[in-house]
Amino acid sequence: MALLNVNDLNAYYGKSHILQGVNMTIDEGEIISLLGRNGVGRSTTCKSIMGEVPPKGSITFRGKEIAGLAPHQIAQSGIGYVPENRDVFPGLTVKQNLNLGVKPGQGASRWSEEDFFELFPNLRERQDVDAAALSGGEQQMLTMARTLMGDPDVVMIDEPTEGLSPQMCQRVADLLEEIARRKIAILLVEQKLTIAMKISTRVYVMGHGQIVYEGTPDELMSNDEIRQEWLEV
Amino acid sequence: MDWGFITVTLLDGLARGLYYFLVSAGLTLIFSMMGVLNFAHASFFMLGGYFAYIIAQEWGLTFWIALPAVPLIVGAIGMVVERFGLRHVHKFGHVAELIFTFGLAFLLQEFVKLVFGQDTKPYAVPEVLQGTLFTVGDQPFGSYRAFMILVSISIFIGLYLLLTRTRVGMIIQAALTHPNTVSNLGHNVPLIFMAVFGVGTALAALAGVIALPTDALQPGSAARLGPIIFVIIVVGGLGSLNGALVASMIIGILTTMFDASQLSVFSVMEAVANMLGIEWSLLERPTYELRRLMIGDLIMMSTKQVGALFPYLLMVLILIFRPQGLLGKRES
Ligand SMILES: Nc1ncnc2c1ncn2[C@@H]1O[C@H](COP(=O)(O)OP(=O)(O)OP(=O)(O)O)[C@@H](O)[C@H]1O
Ligand SMILES: [Mg+2]
Repeated sequence: MALLNVNDLNAYYGKSHILQGVNMTIDEGEIISLLGRNGVGRSTTCKSIMGEVPPKGSITFRGKEIAGLAPHQIAQSGIGYVPENRDVFPGLTVKQNLNLGVKPGQGASRWSEEDFFELFPNLRERQDVDAAALSGGEQQMLTMARTLMGDPDVVMIDEPTEGLSPQMCQRVADLLEEIARRKIAILLVEQKLTIAMKISTRVYVMGHGQIVYEGTPDELMSNDEIRQEWLEV
Repeated sequence: MDWGFITVTLLDGLARGLYYFLVSAGLTLIFSMMGVLNFAHASFFMLGGYFAYIIAQEWGLTFWIALPAVPLIVGAIGMVVERFGLRHVHKFGHVAELIFTFGLAFLLQEFVKLVFGQDTKPYAVPEVLQGTLFTVGDQPFGSYRAFMILVSISIFIGLYLLLTRTRVGMIIQAALTHPNTVSNLGHNVPLIFMAVFGVGTALAALAGVIALPTDALQPGSAARLGPIIFVIIVVGGLGSLNGALVASMIIGILTTMFDASQLSVFSVMEAVANMLGIEWSLLERPTYELRRLMIGDLIMMSTKQVGALFPYLLMVLILIFRPQGLLGKRES
């Protein structure tokens, strides 16, 4: 049984029909990349899975229907989401931000603050600093770490490397690999193919609110037609 | 200068400013959450007074029972209003929410009229607190004002510690600015909002319990306080708790000074002229002209009467020269 199963997912912003029957599955510990050009609905897919945009269709997580639940209930059931806007909580320190990632009533977690401080010594140094004072890259690390503190079984990460320096992109890749090592499933929304191709087990390509291609990274790399039609600009 | 008078007036002003802050703090929190002003907020202040009057005087359970019980009761009513009213209206946008709170304010006012009538209820200061605590010069400072100051300050310290030192407080702070992100982390934001609304209304009710014995408990109590609180949160900066505190103090202290002073505008002008060493006779002609222009009535008024204009004048000036309020952040 798939960990997360999305079946004929539709979503609307007012009258515009953005997701038009998205189908995808994610198995335990899989790393899936969701690729596609700007505006095809990748972020909306994450938001509807999370319940932030009302979903039509079926979304099951460990066999349980979650479409229609409130976002906090979906998070509680084990889905993590790192949105593309990197919003750290200003006025709270780095440490406090991390602490808010811990869910109410959460038991033992696969992650501790210390894990992230080891991966990003910058966060350790700046743990008592107002999170709003961090650089863009540090904020990205912090929001990913904050979501992981809630110990999700699958985490959706929306464009984590956007606008980051090559060193910072490498840091993001390091964390993604660490997540994979701990057998946590990832749905990675990316524009840059390099990272996605390197770590993914499977990729989905999205176009016009639907999945237009599914395959392994190698298959996608050898399929020029799909890449030209749906990815390259 | 009469230092006794000044000291006691300042202390009285402090007591007033603090209870204004009890009300405006709740309104500011609720504003940050909903993004619209809650016009019914002062109605919960009035309800606080009526509930306290029933418990303390009609049922004879004393003020000391009413003091903790009323904020709990009114806070619970506030939560019901949020859960079964505002939360549904929210879907239809800000205008609908605003109209809902307007309607609620009128509803509560008419309800109170229906049940208690138009007249002022004899809701009084408890006996033990009726005396004078101390005098400065020959000016007495009442025990009850000191009690008001004590209660308000303890509540604020508690609230401040809750918001800044506890995990729940931090979740609340984050939820006010980033509700979606906080939900995505697994926190029940609708529940947090209901609780914030409840706490905000409970604070307003507490202000009603402690302030209305020094004022008049009547159906108009809400309508009299509402505009002042509105002014305070605009002057302080919408959504800024610190701003609400500063503006509450400024308006509380200055309006108390105006109320207490026995001066007329004319005598103030005379005194200022004296201080500046201007020969009064030089001003006689302009004063005469002003009177002819019928502004003369204004000059003969007491500062108490003119002082009533002060908060609104301040608000207009702030909106012109610093639209984001004293401590508010500019809208981006
Ligand atoms: N809040 C919104 N209201 C109305 N339309 C929206 C809203 N958010 C997104 N859209 C529209 O929905 C479509 C899909 O947006 P989405 O954010 O899912 O795209 P995306 O694939 O994540 O691309 P990118 O992040 O590069 O913009 C776009 O055409 C966008 O203009
Ligand atoms: Mg996007």
